[in-house]
This record gives sequence, C-alpha cells and structure tokens, in this order.
Amino acid sequence: MEVLAMGNYGAYVWTAYGLTLVVVLINEWRVRARQSTVYRDIEVRIKALEENE
Amino acid sequence: MWKWFHQLASPPHFYRIAPVFSAWLMVPGLALIAYGTYAGLILAPVDYQQGDAFRIIYVHVPSAYLSILSYMILAVAGGIGLIWRIKLAHAVAASAAPLGASFTFLALVTGSIWGRPMWGTWWEWADPRMMSELILLFFYFGYMALRSAIDDTNKADKASAVLALVGVINVIIVHYSVVWWSSLHQGQTLMAEGGPAMDPGMLYPLLAMIFGFNLLFGSLLLRRTRTEVLFRERRTRWVREMILSREGQS
Repeated sequence: MEVLAMGNYGAYVWTAYGLTLVVVLINEWRVRARQSTVYRDIEVRIKALEENE
Repeated sequence: MWKWFHQLASPPHFYRIAPVFSAWLMVPGLALIAYGTYAGLILAPVDYQQGDAFRIIYVHVPSAYLSILSYMILAVAGGIGLIWRIKLAHAVAASAAPLGASFTFLALVTGSIWGRPMWGTWWEWADPRMMSELILLFFYFGYMALRSAIDDTNKADKASAVLALVGVINVIIVHYSVVWWSSLHQGQTLMAEGGPAMDPGMLYPLLAMIFGFNLLFGSLLLRRTRTEVLFRERRTRWVREMILSREGQS
C-alpha cells in the first residue's frame, strides 16, 4: 500500500506513469495499424491491375 | 562507409533491413524501461525536498529528451532531403513528426502533473521552458498539418522541410531556456557543470529510462519509416514483386 500511496503523491505519480503507458501503446498500435492499411491498399491495387491486364 | 550509406538510402534495401534493426532496438529498450520503471518507483530513495513526487522524472525527462531529439531528427532529415534529394530522408522526417508530437505532449502533461504538487500550479504561462515546449508541440502540429494539406508528396516534403528547419530555433530556446531566463523549471541536472547533481540510486534508473525510451523510439521510428517507404513506393516494381511473392508463399 505504501508503494501505491507514494507518500500522498500517488495520484500524481500513477497518473503520469499511466499516461506514459497509454502514449507508448497508442504509438505501437498506430505503427501496426498504418502498416496493415498500407499493405492492404497495395494488395487491392495490384489485384485490380492484374484483373485489368 | 559512403557505399553503406548509399545502400541504406535505397528504399528496397531499407525496407528489408528495417525489421532487423527495429528488433535489436526494441528488445534492449523494453528491458531498460522495465528495469528503470522498477528501480525508479521502488528502489530509488525518496527525495528529501520533493518526496515521492520526484519519481515522475523517470517518465517526464525521457519524454522531454525525445521531444527534442525527435525534432532534431525531423529537421536534419528534412534538410538532407531538401539538399541531397534523398527520398528516404523525407520518409524519416514524415515518420518522426507524429512520434515527436506524442512525446512532446507527454512531456508537457507529465511536467504539469509534477508541477501541481511542487509549484502549486498546473501551468505557468510566463515560464520560458513550458511555453517553448508548448510552441514545440505547435511546430509538430504545424508540420503535420502542412504535410497533409499538400497533395503532391514532393511539394509537401519541401515545404515541410523548410518549416522544420525554421523550428530548430525554438528547439535551441527549449534547451537553453532554463539557462537564459529565470524559470520555475529546475535548471540542467544531467548536463550540469561538474557532472550530474544526483544520487547514483536516482541517477542510474533515470539513465536506464532515457536510453530505454530512445531505443524504443528508434524501433518505432524505423517501423513507421518502413511503412512510409512502402506507401511512397507503392507504384514501383519492387513493391509489386514483393507483394506478389508473399502472396505466392502464403
């Protein structure tokens, strides 16, 4: 419990660490989401090109 | 050496090797962050003035470092792309912007959370460090808005690179603001004359967090740049062959 309380600064300390975790996770998620979107778009474009050929 | 750099700047080569470097950065980065978080929250002694609130530095300082480092990468890459017309450099700059903006936001918010119990205020409009860091965030937003406002990638690259170079002036102000002006923000600690003015029990977790965040940032930047390269090269033969060969394998 002492660790959670952080000498009565627990709300400040844990909020800061929680926000940091959220920002890091959002960055990781955005990297993966963008990768799959771009890859999928290119696949669709190539298939359309092949069908036209 | 030049041959290696020249090869690295080739989009297909970069696309192939980026995941390897990304993994090399990610694994030690996460290990350092895990150690730094544990040591910073549990092992480091309580600060005699700030109490346990000082532990916010273990996320605030690495974020603040990355906000500046990311902008310098953005500006240098933009400058290289502008002068030598290296396509990969513009892709690096474009990829660094959202990452830098997120860490600048984090530095501002964690700094504000730290400031409330220490200074008695969430924000001080007259403080040069806080204001220059906020302006840095606006430079990131401006850079990204300018890029997305111009449809032609080449024109967007050039215009945003010029804006990025102008913003370097603000980065210098961010760094030296606590030296040049009177500020609520504390002065330089790690780069203080005569070495870091910190107890080793507090310093080592902080260094671990700074290096860990830098490695994690490097890994994220490599992967974002890899996707940016794929997007920019989407109409090229090597991308088509790569996608088709993967489909053939699956």
